[in-house]
Amino acid sequence: MSIDTTKDPVLQAIGLEHTYDNGFQALKGIDLTIYRGDYIGLIGQNGSGKTTMIKHFNGLLRPTKGKILINGVDEATMTIGKISKQVGFVFQNPDHQIFCPSVSEELAFGPKNCGMSPGEIKDSVEDALESFKITEYANHPPAILGFGLRRKVSLAAVFSCRPTVFIMDEPTVGLDHRSARELLDIVGELNSNGCTIILITHDMRVICENTKRGIVLRSGKLILDGTTREVMSNIEMLEQTQIRPPQVIELSKELSPPDVREFPLTTDEFIKKFIKAKKAM
Amino acid sequence: MSGSTENVTQNPSENIIEIRNLTYSYPAYKEGEVPPIIFDDLNLSVKKGEFVSIMGPTGAGKTTLCLALNGIIPHVCGGKFLGDIIINGMNTKEHTISEIAKVLGIVFQDPESQLFCMTIADEVAFGMENQGVPVDLMHTKVQRVLEEVGMTGRDDTNPFHLSGGQKQRIAIASILSMEPSILILDEPTSGLDPIGKKEVFSVVDRLKRERDMTILMIEQESERIAEFSDRVILLNNGHIVADGTPREVFANEEALRECGISTPQVSEIALRYNDEYGTDYRFITMDEALAVLKK
Repeated sequence: MSIDTTKDPVLQAIGLEHTYDNGFQALKGIDLTIYRGDYIGLIGQNGSGKTTMIKHFNGLLRPTKGKILINGVDEATMTIGKISKQVGFVFQNPDHQIFCPSVSEELAFGPKNCGMSPGEIKDSVEDALESFKITEYANHPPAILGFGLRRKVSLAAVFSCRPTVFIMDEPTVGLDHRSARELLDIVGELNSNGCTIILITHDMRVICENTKRGIVLRSGKLILDGTTREVMSNIEMLEQTQIRPPQVIELSKELSPPDVREFPLTTDEFIKKFIKAKKAM
Repeated sequence: MSGSTENVTQNPSENIIEIRNLTYSYPAYKEGEVPPIIFDDLNLSVKKGEFVSIMGPTGAGKTTLCLALNGIIPHVCGGKFLGDIIINGMNTKEHTISEIAKVLGIVFQDPESQLFCMTIADEVAFGMENQGVPVDLMHTKVQRVLEEVGMTGRDDTNPFHLSGGQKQRIAIASILSMEPSILILDEPTSGLDPIGKKEVFSVVDRLKRERDMTILMIEQESERIAEFSDRVILLNNGHIVADGTPREVFANEEALRECGISTPQVSEIALRYNDEYGTDYRFITMDEALAVLKK
């Protein structure tokens, strides 16, 4: 299986380079096409260029060389307001973006500024409350909710603008296992409904259990791009960037003939392949 | 001592930490409000030299437990505090936080919340300055602990210019310099990238091997917990749900489900393997799993 390239490209980076004012070159020529409905796990150590790349996707930075196309349109011709309607970004720390007196006002803030009509705002707020299962907190002040709920509010507040591409930076950090699972289930549902997702995380189990495509950056270059299975099975290449895949992948490699290049991504898949199949023999 | 409860061990003097019948709730936010009970008759003892990991969901009481061990609860936070906590023979109710700090040091989740000096050397020396350690001894000790955390040769660097893993190692060094017999680490790697996590865990590993310290680590990284811990405690709603070796706890399906926590994938595999073959394997390392699966 490989990446489905038959769908519409929603985001394209063409020869993307970025050199900061201090002379540091953070991106050294990225060519990447993101398709509608992709669920991407973006992987790389701190300093690999992940954040710099993402800031080009939402217009916070402009390329020093190369270009970005959003739905086929050159980003250079678009204002940041127009870009942000299409590309939503959720910060790692929910408190960096929460400021309204109630959850529903928080969720309405983006749509208002995107110029939606009052009817559209009402619909998209309701839709976002429902999607993130926070309808019962609509009238609560978001600042005093628990961390897990504040995280959901911060995601819902970006989702309510109905972006084409939804980028999340470490959405599960600080959540316990159960809350993280619940949040990832919601994100998975959004993706099934057609939303393009880019998930930035250092947690390889989260990548394996949720995403469809993996992208690995190292020192400003794209070093791996493929299905999550292809990328996470490439143990040698991941090692070079000091990333260790989950235990099931390392175990599978040990248990498989040397020519096998694709491994189970989850405990369930592992059990099926190495325990149930073996027992059935 | 009344001494008839189950949790009192045969030789209590070995216990460097003893929590006896602890019941605690924070003070009320508003007048008339009844604050939730965090601990309800909690008993726990830790032997000198043990490496104990504490796991549990958000709200289980993990951080409250840390604050109670060093006396911030009840001395600073107040609230309703019943029962006793004995740290190295000191009842926390009867000793000041600074007395307790001499034997028990805490490293917090966010290293930036405990770093504030302009240079690494000043940062690491700060605790000793407050303990009145002579200057020349202080210099020697600063170098020794920096060596221990792998951060030598950068004495004049501003700690805020370091990476997350480096900041956390400086936070650990600044606590080690005071030579506590008990070290508490409250989710020391939760905000770090994989390289930072690796750096901090290798320091923790070294402390375990080379120092005769009692270590209590709150963590979620189950694979690392399996590697380091003598003992794992699962906490949920202020209650101890499981307490045993990593091998025992990571095979305790009921307790794991109750707490909703993540376990090493090899432990999950062991349980599923047992379901198929009626065996009783409890893997905590990849080598153990491979030895069985390769058969």
